[in-house]
Amino acid sequence: MKTNSTLKMKAENVRVFYGANEAIKGIDMNVYQNEVLAFIGPSGCGKSTFLRCLNRMNDTIDQCRVTGLIELDGQDMYDPRLDVVQLRAQIGMVFQKPNPFPKSIYDNIAYGPKLHGLASKKSELDDIVESSLQKAGLWKEVKDRLDQPGTGLSGGQQQRLCIARTIAVSPEVILMDEPCSALDPIATSIIEELIDELKANYTIVMVTHNMQQAARVSDRTAFFHMGEMIEIGSTTEMFTKPNNKRTEDYITGRYG
Amino acid sequence: MSNLTLMIVLLAVLAITYQLGLVRTRQIAGHNATLRMHSRPHHYGVMVGLWTVLPAFFIFIIWSWSAPWALNQLLIAQLPEHIVNDPQELRVAIRRISNLAANFGIVSEAATWEIQAATFLSDARQLSQTLMLALMTTVAAAGALYGYRSISPLYRARNHIEKILQIVLVICSSIAVLTTLGIVLSMVGESLRFFSFVSPMDFFFGTTWNPRFSTAGVGEGSLTGDQGSFGMLPLLAGTFLIALVAMSVAIPLGLLAAIYLAEYASPKMRATAKPIIEMLAGIPTIVYGFFALVTVGPFLSMLGAHIGLDIRATSALTAGVVMGIMIIPFISSLSDDIITQVPKSLRDGSLGLGATKSETIRKVVLPAALPGIVGAILLGASRAIGETMIVVLAAGNSPSLTANPFEAVSTITVTIVNQLTGDNDFASPQSLVAFALGLTLFAITLILNVIALVIVRKYREQYE
Repeated sequence: MKTNSTLKMKAENVRVFYGANEAIKGIDMNVYQNEVLAFIGPSGCGKSTFLRCLNRMNDTIDQCRVTGLIELDGQDMYDPRLDVVQLRAQIGMVFQKPNPFPKSIYDNIAYGPKLHGLASKKSELDDIVESSLQKAGLWKEVKDRLDQPGTGLSGGQQQRLCIARTIAVSPEVILMDEPCSALDPIATSIIEELIDELKANYTIVMVTHNMQQAARVSDRTAFFHMGEMIEIGSTTEMFTKPNNKRTEDYITGRYG
Repeated sequence: MSNLTLMIVLLAVLAITYQLGLVRTRQIAGHNATLRMHSRPHHYGVMVGLWTVLPAFFIFIIWSWSAPWALNQLLIAQLPEHIVNDPQELRVAIRRISNLAANFGIVSEAATWEIQAATFLSDARQLSQTLMLALMTTVAAAGALYGYRSISPLYRARNHIEKILQIVLVICSSIAVLTTLGIVLSMVGESLRFFSFVSPMDFFFGTTWNPRFSTAGVGEGSLTGDQGSFGMLPLLAGTFLIALVAMSVAIPLGLLAAIYLAEYASPKMRATAKPIIEMLAGIPTIVYGFFALVTVGPFLSMLGAHIGLDIRATSALTAGVVMGIMIIPFISSLSDDIITQVPKSLRDGSLGLGATKSETIRKVVLPAALPGIVGAILLGASRAIGETMIVVLAAGNSPSLTANPFEAVSTITVTIVNQLTGDNDFASPQSLVAFALGLTLFAITLILNVIALVIVRKYREQYE
């Protein structure tokens, strides 16, 4: 599988502390443009924590401290002069549990664009809403009921609504934290197809608990264990001949 | 024997029979090596104790409830006919006779028939008391015997106690419900009596409140022009005006405090500040009242003089501002709980889209918490409408129909206080109007509370 070689994000010696507890123990990683990178590993290995470092969501947690360097397009993300609000618009995030706002479907999508002033007219906003929903593969299902509450959709539709909401602020990178773990197999496969389509325009980093999912959708995979990144490389390679004994044990189901 | 002594004796009997049951159970258990007792000894003890005391206690309740009525009937049968036929005189006569019977003094010389009736009454009371005691003793003894005899390994005392406990709980909760019902019914009854004097149209839609106090009560004159006007609109207006001022103080302050507590304060700060704010609700309202009268009123009046406004020291504004301060904790505490309940995932979603914290609060958290906040506000409002003491002291007590908060007004609650204090016949419309006002107030707060509860409940369902 061919991977793009343009560097999008770079992490160097990243450590995360919760109080005195070191949750991430020095991780180096490159993320390339338009690839799908999957994080796998047993529960509590730090994959979600590391993902949340990539758009500074850990800032919202008390007593959480991040050291090391993370760059987006060569720009230090933890530079105190950097506008974190702007950053999070560039790096969107989709969460484990679908979390539509208790507003109408339309307002759910329009929320971000309105916040950042991306549309000056109602018709422009309408266009953003439609194209976002279309990219998220939800337009056909909801176009006749945009004024109904987003919370009334099914779980899979809600998650696609959340993806559409993220796309609406035109991010460059989309982080997904176990986006399918609360969904049934059919909804999961729809989201997986969607990820495959989104790859053309966005760089996607996802955490997954499901190794088959990582194998199906990702170009490269990183294996996390106990706060360290054990191995990173092409997904095909990792699932056929892993370099590390622990990766092999995890993938073959010896633990995890 | 006074009722208090009786209760103490019953408790002592309970303790003794409990011990008896305990001893008996141990005996039986000792003799019966093959069969295990179903329940623990103290279950049997309680069983025997309850069998002894509860039936006796029921007899006591029923007797104390029905005997006075029965005695009254017997007494009326004794009285001369011309007294019985006039309800007014009958009432007076019965009061005089029971005073005589209890050896209290009465006004003017007692007539012979009165003394006879009083002797009859006191004898009958004595007899009734003796009868009751005898009956109670018999029933208690029978119950004790029954309980004592039924102790056996197969008797499931433990399960029986469970059932009795359940019945006791049902009784306790129905007392609360029945009391509410009783209060409403008695208010409805008295209100209906009031509406036989004054038409509901005049009461609910009249714009003048001027109930002339007449000591005559129900006389010929009071049915014509002498009885004053009972239009409640000025009072209703005053009530809502003060509540409005109170809410416009309490809603912004309470809500902003809640947002600070829920979203910005550190856990330590929150743990300290919340109880302190809640303390505001614990200050007696009379203290708020004279705080309003002595401090806030003159201050507002002075402030008004500075900016060229004529504010009376005792006005709707004074009462409303102080009441608003009192209501802050109702709104802040409830809203804080509700805001904290909004799932973190919603905040994450908004922050993840690049919203700032305050944007997230304004556009996502507050709308999500809005139903609950509205519920909290309505509960605060019903508190404001029912509040009395602050208004009695600080609103100026002048029932005028005005929308100007700088003037003195009066409220429904204050008027109830005015109508019921002082020397007044309880059969006059001047007193009875208090019940009609109370019922109206009750209806208003009830409606507000029901709306608030429905909204809060609906909100809860959304996130659980």
